[in-house]
Amino acid sequence: MTQSKVIYKPSDEVDFVIVGSGAAGGVIAKELSTNGFRVVVLEQGPYLTENDFTHNEVKVFSEHLLTNNPKTRPTTFRKTPQDKIKTQQSILYGTCVGGSSVHFTANFWRFHEIDFIEHSKVGDIPGANFADWPITYADLEPYYTKVEWEIGVSGLAGASPFDPPRSKQYPMPPLPVKGSGVIFERAASKLGYHPFPAPMAILSQPRPGRSACVNCGFCLGFGCEVGAKSTSLSTVIRMAEKTGRCEIRPNSYAHKIETDKNGRATGVVYFDAKKNTHLQKAKAVIVSANGAETPRLLLLSASSQFPNGLANSSGYVGKHLMPNSSAIAYGVFDEPLNDYKGFAVSRIFHDFYELDANKLGFHGGGGLDARFDLSPLAFAMSALPPGTPRWGKEFKKTLAQNFTRTMEIFCHGTSLPVESNSISLDDEVKDAWGLPALRMTFRDHPDDLKLAGWMQARALEILDAAGAKTKWSNPVTEQQFAVHLLGTCRMGKDPKTSVIDPDHRTHDVPNLFLCDGSSLVTSGRGQPTMTIQALSYRAADRITAQAKSGAILS
Amino acid sequence: MEFDCSSRRDFLLRMGGIAAASLIQTQWPAIAAAAQHAHQAVKSGSSQSFAVLTPEQAKEVEAISACIIPTDEQPGAREAGVVYFIDIALKTFASDTKPVYDQGISELNALTMKLYPGVSRFSAATAEQQDKILTAYTADQERTRGRFRRSPDSPDFFQTISFHTIFGFLVDPEGGGNRDYVGWKVINRDPAHSFSPPFGFYDKDYPGWHPASGDMDKK
Repeated sequence: MTQSKVIYKPSDEVDFVIVGSGAAGGVIAKELSTNGFRVVVLEQGPYLTENDFTHNEVKVFSEHLLTNNPKTRPTTFRKTPQDKIKTQQSILYGTCVGGSSVHFTANFWRFHEIDFIEHSKVGDIPGANFADWPITYADLEPYYTKVEWEIGVSGLAGASPFDPPRSKQYPMPPLPVKGSGVIFERAASKLGYHPFPAPMAILSQPRPGRSACVNCGFCLGFGCEVGAKSTSLSTVIRMAEKTGRCEIRPNSYAHKIETDKNGRATGVVYFDAKKNTHLQKAKAVIVSANGAETPRLLLLSASSQFPNGLANSSGYVGKHLMPNSSAIAYGVFDEPLNDYKGFAVSRIFHDFYELDANKLGFHGGGGLDARFDLSPLAFAMSALPPGTPRWGKEFKKTLAQNFTRTMEIFCHGTSLPVESNSISLDDEVKDAWGLPALRMTFRDHPDDLKLAGWMQARALEILDAAGAKTKWSNPVTEQQFAVHLLGTCRMGKDPKTSVIDPDHRTHDVPNLFLCDGSSLVTSGRGQPTMTIQALSYRAADRITAQAKSGAILS
Repeated sequence: MEFDCSSRRDFLLRMGGIAAASLIQTQWPAIAAAAQHAHQAVKSGSSQSFAVLTPEQAKEVEAISACIIPTDEQPGAREAGVVYFIDIALKTFASDTKPVYDQGISELNALTMKLYPGVSRFSAATAEQQDKILTAYTADQERTRGRFRRSPDSPDFFQTISFHTIFGFLVDPEGGGNRDYVGWKVINRDPAHSFSPPFGFYDKDYPGWHPASGDMDKK
């Protein structure tokens, strides 16, 4: 275990306490500590490092080494507020230093201009509370570039004719192509699409203290043992600690933001590993706990002064959950791809980023990628063709034949913001600390399901054009499980219809800031982490400017 | 009969419930450390005793798992040490499924005696008989969905032991199964911890990426 060099006491009033050490919290901690501020980061999970990571699925999946454990942190689900809840794992997120960036696939697309202004362009959509962002792609572009260079993103600038403008090349070339990428590229090109090398937050060239990707094949769901995945842990967290002003405090479960009689935040109450309670005092609070835990923390912080939860005068805290729509198509080929080797994705295309709703009858857009992101176990349980016997010689034969010959085409798409789709506090179920469990209420907007089905049909056409021996897909169904946790404390200029302002400051509490997936106003087309980190660099700039002007910390 | 666990979401729910060669050369310390870690785990997973299963139950579990992934010209569940993996699972992350095993093994033995009077337990039946017993058992479970379950949402015995068998056959050996990587040998998964491109048939002659001709103004 690595320990921070600086240790603060909870009674020390630091400049900033940040809840969460993931994609957003890590960036903000690095930026603020580099800018001279004293920072404490509270992380609910342990401080694991590369030496703790493993390919052992018992530890990783069954014992929840990197993610929320449903036995201690149960979650519930219902489709609508009128439905009875079911206790089931409805949310998956990282619970270790680095958060979900530790186990993510590392697909690293920028959002496009349309994602920020889509409401103005297409107008209202029935059943959705569609809105524009208060910032544009141009506002965020310098920060996208900063992310790419600071954490390390592999890619090829200008390779997609659909890409938004950029001010700089990628810092390193794309990762090598995989068999799935070659098959996808040839077939998609034949059909008139524009496949290109996938931008990935994985190193194609080594950096100090970090290896280039060694193609071990255990990427999605696993921590990287050689530091090639550009996680918060392998990048900004270490930079933050090197400043000597930032303490990463693991096993610290934040459950209440304290406020004074003036309505200002005074610190964060948390449980330590022994379930003892502490108050970390701070001049300002930043919550980057993810799009599910950030609204939950605000709701848990309700008081007589803030009866509906902190920063919730709009009533929008927890609402408009957008998990992105998705669908998969599978293909089996005659010769071995051996796609288990390497990272998940090497080729994508964005020809469907802006689809014509008038022509298709639904709103949305997306991207397709060619991948194999399955461990041997995950493959056996989820990627055998329909009709495969579930046991015996034929089962074993199919398993043996297909593992090296299978690829996936993953379709990523929009989720529309539906107000009733939400994160809230469960009335019945408690977690292991006695706090209300996280409740997800969700039913896909009909357009999102139509979009997923339409893209899946295109993916099957590509597999057909590629000459797949066998191809299939599972029916698109309503989602009950989310890993992209977006939109639940949306950004906006109007305090009546948003939770944070364009600088990530809550409209209601002047020294409380939120920055993570919850800040997003629209869902993009399926890969949010790049945008979350660009927002985080921008937020840190805005917070620094305000703090230095005396507007926050006085 | 198809897998019930047919989608990625279902898999996650269940589980949670679910460079170039020159560059690799510079990273040997990290790779070697990871490989050593796995090697030690293989050795530690070579237990021959049982912590949870009785010897009688272990014999039945081994026989059932050997039907799910049989030994043919290639190794199967038996050679991968799946029964030992399941025993560890029932002591640790899957301890809540022990009652499912207790009940399921008893039911399967009872069905064996019913179908083949004189054969007292599943493991004593011939391979052909075992196939017929399991076929009847799984068909019966489908017909009476819920009868063998602790709750409507709980997996039945055959689903549970199938999942654990596949898990024990394919898990990284550090997890206590897949002894000597026999499961990965069957599926042609090289146990090495690092690889260099080209990875397979389709990328070996790849000429490099080029933009689609005349289409860069597509936007």
